[in-house]
Amino acid sequence: MGHQQPVVDTSPKVSDEVRKTTCYMCACRCGINVHMKDGQVAYIEGNKDHPVNKGVLCAKGSAGIMQHNAPSRLKAPLKRVGPRGSGEYEEISWDEALDLAVSWLKPIREENPEKLAFFTGRDQSQSFTSFWAQNYGTPNYAAHGGFCSVNMAAAGIYTMGGAFWEFGQPDWDHTKLFMLFGVAEDHDSNPIKAGIGKIKARNARVVSVNPIRTGYNAVASDWVGITPGTDGLFIMALIHELMKAGRIDLNYLARFTNAPCLVNSDPTSPEHGLLLRDDNDKTLVIDRNTGTLTPFDKPGVRPDLAATYDQNGITHRPVFHLMAERYLDPCYAPDAVAERTGVPADRIRAIAAELARVAFDEEIALDREWTDFRGEKHAKMIGRPVSFHAMRGISAHSNGFQTCRALHVLQILLGTVEAPGGFRFKPPYPKPVEAHPKPHCGVTPGAPLDGPHLGFVRGPDDLALKPDGSPARIDKAFTWDNPMSAHGLMHMVISNAHAGDPYKIDTLFMYMANMSWNSSMNTSGVMEMLTDTDENGDYVIPKIIYSDAYSSEMVAYADLILPDTTYLERHDCISLLDRPICEADAAADAIRWPVVEPDRNVRGFQSVLVDLANRMQLPGFTNEDGSAKYQDYADYITNHERKPGIGPLAGWRTDPEGSGVGGTSSEGRGSPNPDQIQNYIDNGGFWSTHIPEDAQYYKPWNTAYQDWAVKLGLFDSPQPYLFQLYVEPMRRFQLAAEGHGTRQPPEHLRQQIIDKLDPLPIWYEDGPSNTQYPIRALTQRPMAMYHSWGSQNAWLRQLHGHNPLYVPTKLMRENNLTDGDWAKVTSPHGQITVPVMEMAALNENTVWTWNAIGKRKGAWALKDTAPEATRGFLLNHLIHELLPPKGDGLRWSNSDPITGQAAWFDLRVRMEKVQAPSESQPAIPPETSPVGTASGDLEWKTGK
Amino acid sequence: MHPAPSVILFTSLSGLGFGLLFWLGFGYPGVTGGTAFVFFAIAYLLAVGGLMASTFHLGKKSNAIKAFSQWRSSWLSREAWLAVISLIIMGLYGAGLVFLGTRWTLVGYVGGLLSLATVFSTSMIYAQLKSIPRWNMPLTPALFLSYGLAGGALLSGQIATTKALLLVLALVQVAYWALGDRALITSGTSMASATGLGKIGAVKAFEPPHTGTNYLLREMVYVVGRKHSAKLRIISLLLVAVLPMACLLLPFNHLLAALAVISHIAGVFAARWLFFAEAEHVVGLYYGKR
Amino acid sequence: MTTLPTGTDRKLGLVIDLDTCVGCHACVISCKGWNTENYGAPLSDQDAYGDPSGTFLNRVHSYEVEPAEGAAQLIHFPKSCLHCDDAPCVTVCPTGASYKRTEDGIVLVNESDCMGCGLCAWACPYGARELDLAAGIMKKCTLCVDRIYNENLPEEDREPACVRTCPAGARHFGDFSDPESDVSRLVAERGGFDLMPEQGTKPVNKYLPPRPKDKLETEAPAALPAVATETTGFLSWLDKTLDRLPGGGAN
Ligand SMILES: Nc1nc2c(c(=O)[nH]1)N[C@H]1C(S)=C(S)[C@@H](COP(=O)(O)OP(=O)(O)OC[C@H]3O[C@@H](n4cnc5c(=O)[nH]c(N)nc54)[C@H](O)[C@@H]3O)O[C@H]1N2
Ligand SMILES: Nc1nc2c(c(=O)[nH]1)N[C@H]1C(S)=C(S)[C@@H](COP(=O)(O)OP(=O)(O)OC[C@H]3O[C@@H](n4cnc5c(=O)[nH]c(N)nc54)[C@H](O)[C@@H]3O)O[C@H]1N2
Ligand code: SF4
Ligand code: SF4
Ligand code: SF4
Ligand code: SF4
Ligand code: SF4
Ligand SMILES: [Mo]
Repeated sequence: MGHQQPVVDTSPKVSDEVRKTTCYMCACRCGINVHMKDGQVAYIEGNKDHPVNKGVLCAKGSAGIMQHNAPSRLKAPLKRVGPRGSGEYEEISWDEALDLAVSWLKPIREENPEKLAFFTGRDQSQSFTSFWAQNYGTPNYAAHGGFCSVNMAAAGIYTMGGAFWEFGQPDWDHTKLFMLFGVAEDHDSNPIKAGIGKIKARNARVVSVNPIRTGYNAVASDWVGITPGTDGLFIMALIHELMKAGRIDLNYLARFTNAPCLVNSDPTSPEHGLLLRDDNDKTLVIDRNTGTLTPFDKPGVRPDLAATYDQNGITHRPVFHLMAERYLDPCYAPDAVAERTGVPADRIRAIAAELARVAFDEEIALDREWTDFRGEKHAKMIGRPVSFHAMRGISAHSNGFQTCRALHVLQILLGTVEAPGGFRFKPPYPKPVEAHPKPHCGVTPGAPLDGPHLGFVRGPDDLALKPDGSPARIDKAFTWDNPMSAHGLMHMVISNAHAGDPYKIDTLFMYMANMSWNSSMNTSGVMEMLTDTDENGDYVIPKIIYSDAYSSEMVAYADLILPDTTYLERHDCISLLDRPICEADAAADAIRWPVVEPDRNVRGFQSVLVDLANRMQLPGFTNEDGSAKYQDYADYITNHERKPGIGPLAGWRTDPEGSGVGGTSSEGRGSPNPDQIQNYIDNGGFWSTHIPEDAQYYKPWNTAYQDWAVKLGLFDSPQPYLFQLYVEPMRRFQLAAEGHGTRQPPEHLRQQIIDKLDPLPIWYEDGPSNTQYPIRALTQRPMAMYHSWGSQNAWLRQLHGHNPLYVPTKLMRENNLTDGDWAKVTSPHGQITVPVMEMAALNENTVWTWNAIGKRKGAWALKDTAPEATRGFLLNHLIHELLPPKGDGLRWSNSDPITGQAAWFDLRVRMEKVQAPSESQPAIPPETSPVGTASGDLEWKTGK
Repeated sequence: MHPAPSVILFTSLSGLGFGLLFWLGFGYPGVTGGTAFVFFAIAYLLAVGGLMASTFHLGKKSNAIKAFSQWRSSWLSREAWLAVISLIIMGLYGAGLVFLGTRWTLVGYVGGLLSLATVFSTSMIYAQLKSIPRWNMPLTPALFLSYGLAGGALLSGQIATTKALLLVLALVQVAYWALGDRALITSGTSMASATGLGKIGAVKAFEPPHTGTNYLLREMVYVVGRKHSAKLRIISLLLVAVLPMACLLLPFNHLLAALAVISHIAGVFAARWLFFAEAEHVVGLYYGKR
Repeated sequence: MTTLPTGTDRKLGLVIDLDTCVGCHACVISCKGWNTENYGAPLSDQDAYGDPSGTFLNRVHSYEVEPAEGAAQLIHFPKSCLHCDDAPCVTVCPTGASYKRTEDGIVLVNESDCMGCGLCAWACPYGARELDLAAGIMKKCTLCVDRIYNENLPEEDREPACVRTCPAGARHFGDFSDPESDVSRLVAERGGFDLMPEQGTKPVNKYLPPRPKDKLETEAPAALPAVATETTGFLSWLDKTLDRLPGGGAN
């Protein structure tokens, strides 16, 4: 008998319909095809046409179906009935919920709007939420950037008009050497993986700098297992080597950076360290052609990197002098930094040599003519094919701002930013600091704030201080403690509100942030602050409103819960005004739309905000006749105009003669189009337009790009600028600390400002080193989990159901540990007891674990036996938002003194082997689940 | 491998049952009538009981009948056929003995040989698996056959033969353990060959694919401690061979005979538990569990 | 059918690039999603919100490898059915549920015949088969047989779900019987290898080895020479450095 086989239906029907929208299992915002069967979500795959992911999806994206149907979804508005933290609630109607919210919010708006603190977490509608907060009138608004990666963002923007991350990306197609600092996953998750894949397919070199060798770092050709917190020093050693050998791009530095700009070099001058400017406030350089002082942007000028200039007896030296002076110093020589960084000197020299070789000896040139802002024509686009990417590994330290700056300076010295093969910005970046707003904190009861909350300070005048010099904001952003805190300090809100420092608030309103758990430092302390009562038995933080879509740990601490929909059930807008999804070659934005209707009594939070605004008749949301401008968020997305012709979405705007880029329907600029959302849906949920070829590189200086950006509405006029190797605003703060000017820092901060706000990158130790706590402790994001919210996902939680502490071989031996043993880990602040696992590919003085796997019992509709709640743990218990007392009576914040960035990775610990407890410690008592507990098996099939 | 009660019961009981049937088929003991009925009843209870036990672990019992379809290639299918045919033939033969008092010799020989073949095919289900080096040895059928023959002889009450066979059984079992302990190493399958990464250096499992357990780990990655296994080996050898032998060496006595049988059966269970529990499936290498 | 075909018209399978896989588990979950909704019984999960354990057809391991010299390396290692030419899982199957297709070599389980005895999973050295506890039948990678020929999908999507989704491009699908196919070429160029060749299963899927790591010091050019010797100081450095500008030194 021969081979027999059954007939298989190889062409089964896949779905009834495909609905294209945008993933929201993380902030990467890939395009997804949602396959529908019988009106239900049957299968999710990547959208091949989408600019972000081009068809691929990560594990989280593919597991969206389990997120969308998770048993932990909130079902209706909830009003607290038990004590805070207990999780006891009653379901109420939306009218009741909104009336209650208005009854809290409206009176404080009329008396003192700063009594509302409105902070949003993983939000992707910040241009909308900030607009709401601004119209409400409170100065207390920010998103989570301050504890996330403001160092990276701010250092990038102050230095070169944009950072890595959502602001730009390596030129994956041309780069020949890619260097990655401190990244486990990042926001640009699928594009980075695709990019690394492309580079590896070409067999180009990837160098990773990371104490831990997993994920991207595992596939890197070369691994630099650096000592945490020392990247700045390592980078400066590279800079030292490159400068010493003259292997830097002088031409690029002279033309496109402030290296030739002249700095007042008289220590006695009140303007010492400031840049020489003309009456139009233009920085000045010496023109090599004429030898005269000339504005930097004058057509034809060839800025001189060396010439000094004397004015009124004061010598002005080019920035380049100051840099040479600093970085040629032997204290930055490889031999001098090797021990502290843990990177052998030969290795540093080899990396510097390889960077130079690839940048200069493997120079590439694209045959594309372009004209720079001085009117000079360039026949080719010269490429320096080395590229870099970095994220929280260098930014989430208290020296992170300066370290990120150093990395940007390194890229610029190599001439690789915006050059083919290097790092490229994504529209609307590059954008100079000057094109960003300054922070605003002018409060008027019953009226909007005097401008946007967040921005980029240029000096002490821009700080958010009250007339008496006290902080205007509850998070103390833009104060002398952390003057350049461009994203606010969400991690300080609860502790400041609890302490009534700088003032007491009435209502804490939060959105999409698990603040009583994984997004706070000092988790147990935060839970206490949220439940603490005063002498009258009232809560110290009187009212808490929170919007979540799921039964997270934070839900238990709110007095009123506004349940959100899932990402497949609502309108969302991923806007150029916000955190865009553009690529270096294209501008793009996208929407989410309800591909399924909610089957519960929940509402999209943005629409709820519109409703609240309408009930309070907030300006900006209200017509002159008192009627509401927007019915809901979809209406806002379609009809809101930030400026005439500019709205949340740039695609398919209507007409006006010639104002847009496209034809009849216009792009970028144009009036609102009632069919816009449908146009997006028809196009697969996104819009994208390509940057013309001759405008794709050298964007900050490329006339073609600048003109294109103006046409699209990114700017109102061309904004060419120089990269700021030397950041003058920082010097302004130093000057104040040295005693100049009227706005003066408090005495205890003078020295810190002088020491840390150096306008050229420096390195200092990240946090107090302490011989009692010799081990560094880190977290990494698992690629298949998004913070806390992956654990409710039946598929994903099988991948990471608990998290051991990974311990290097040396420390395992020293502590007599073997896999599966338990260790007590102690920091100056706290203690945890957790299971350990050996890892060889790890810096020998560093331990780490996956972030946000540990869960509180009762949360996320999980059973109490869930491994997340029994073996899983958070490192956050060991990290405090304040540093240990120094003896000066002051509690210093555990943040970067420049930006306020939370210094998660400064953590130092010690460990010892202990008897295995029954559960990870501390074990927080269970909460009552407001959505019940899910149980049983899962046999998912939609089209049965 | 997971020492599931169903497979332990299946192989132990059916081995004893078919072993007994083998001897009955060859006329040992030469009984008829009511006595024959008792012997046959015992043999059928064991053989059929074992076979029934084997279906406990089936995921979809309604498809069990299809197991007869692949006798050309599958030892499990062959075993199914052989078991049924032997049971039918031996049933016929037994009916002759019990009800007619007649001994159809040829039928008995054929049935007896088929019963033994059934035991052999059971053993081949395991012996054929390269993925489990400890089973993938000629000694595996030898082991099963010696268990079947010795147990059958004991149950059929042939003292002399039993003594000889118990000795053989003990030797085969010890040899099986000795060779088995080296089987994984000599198979050439290792973490290096499993991952192909051995050329780079020493390979160690880092994170498993899932933090929880799974079918593979439950079913195929069972680890017995060295000490535990050594103890169990001694116990099972004592029970299966030494104690019965001692009983049989003493002057015959029904109590001692019963003790020999009970001890032997207990020993078979212990040895079979070890047979499964000690067997290393190479998939364990992927989980660093070997 | 339990006997193996004497040959197959094509040999479809995967190449997995261990040099590129970042261990993101995307392939694991897209596989779970597709195969739960499509071919046969859904891949179930037991105690899904307690201490969960479910059926997966593709799992990503990771290994640490310590070379004799230099730093330890970490390698992510996805594994699903290798669609072996000499598939022991097929020949052991008593019901005929397991079979290897003659047209493309895909090894499949015909679920309507399977009795869930688990023997095929025992026979597979790779752990590529999992008995689904809810359905009681054997599940394994189908090489997405219901995608790769599916006329209801656009042509470009007719590839396995795991390949389509892999963000790093570490998975490749194709016909190994065609020496000109991408997969054949990758295997030839990059030294693709078999897992457990000694098991004699003749796997169709191949793995590409990680490229040599940590060679920078030996491959990079010598350390950069200084422009000026330290003693002549900053100004001499500046002069010499600026000499390199097009058009000579600083005026
Ligand atoms: N130890 C340590 N701690 C860290 C970090 C670290 O590296 N190490 N990283 C820090 C960083 S950078 C960040 S950004 C934070 C992140 O921490 P969080 O911002 O707290 O992030 P999530 O845990 O994702 O919590 C977001 C909340 O949003 C809810 N949510 C999910 N989807 C929706 C939705 O559609 N609508 C609404 N309304 N809510 C939704 C979730 O249920 C969850 O409660 O963690 C910080 N904490
Ligand atoms: N899958 C997934 N993706 C996510 C998230 C998620 O939760 N899951 N979260 C999103 C969010 S909010 C953020 S902020 C981004 C963050 O994206 P990443 O920046 O990739 O965040 P982390 O996982 O914290 O990784 C920090 C990395 O820095 C390393 N590191 C720590 N200290 C040092 C150091 O001193 N020097 C160097 N060189 N390296 C160091 C750590 O080992 C780790 O690899 O990811 C986003 N993307
Ligand atoms: S990276 Fe993953 S989770 Fe994030 S948007 Fe893309 S597919 Fe979704
Ligand atoms: S990998 Fe395992 S299941 Fe797949 S064909 Fe080979 S032996 Fe069979
Ligand atoms: S589990 Fe199913 S496919 Fe596997 S051997 Fe048994 S009957 Fe065949
Ligand atoms: S080919 Fe299909 S079934 Fe096989 S692992 Fe990939 S996705 Fe899963
Ligand atoms: S999707 Fe690709 S990169 Fe991710 S684990 Fe699978 S094979 Fe590796
Ligand atoms: Mo973040």
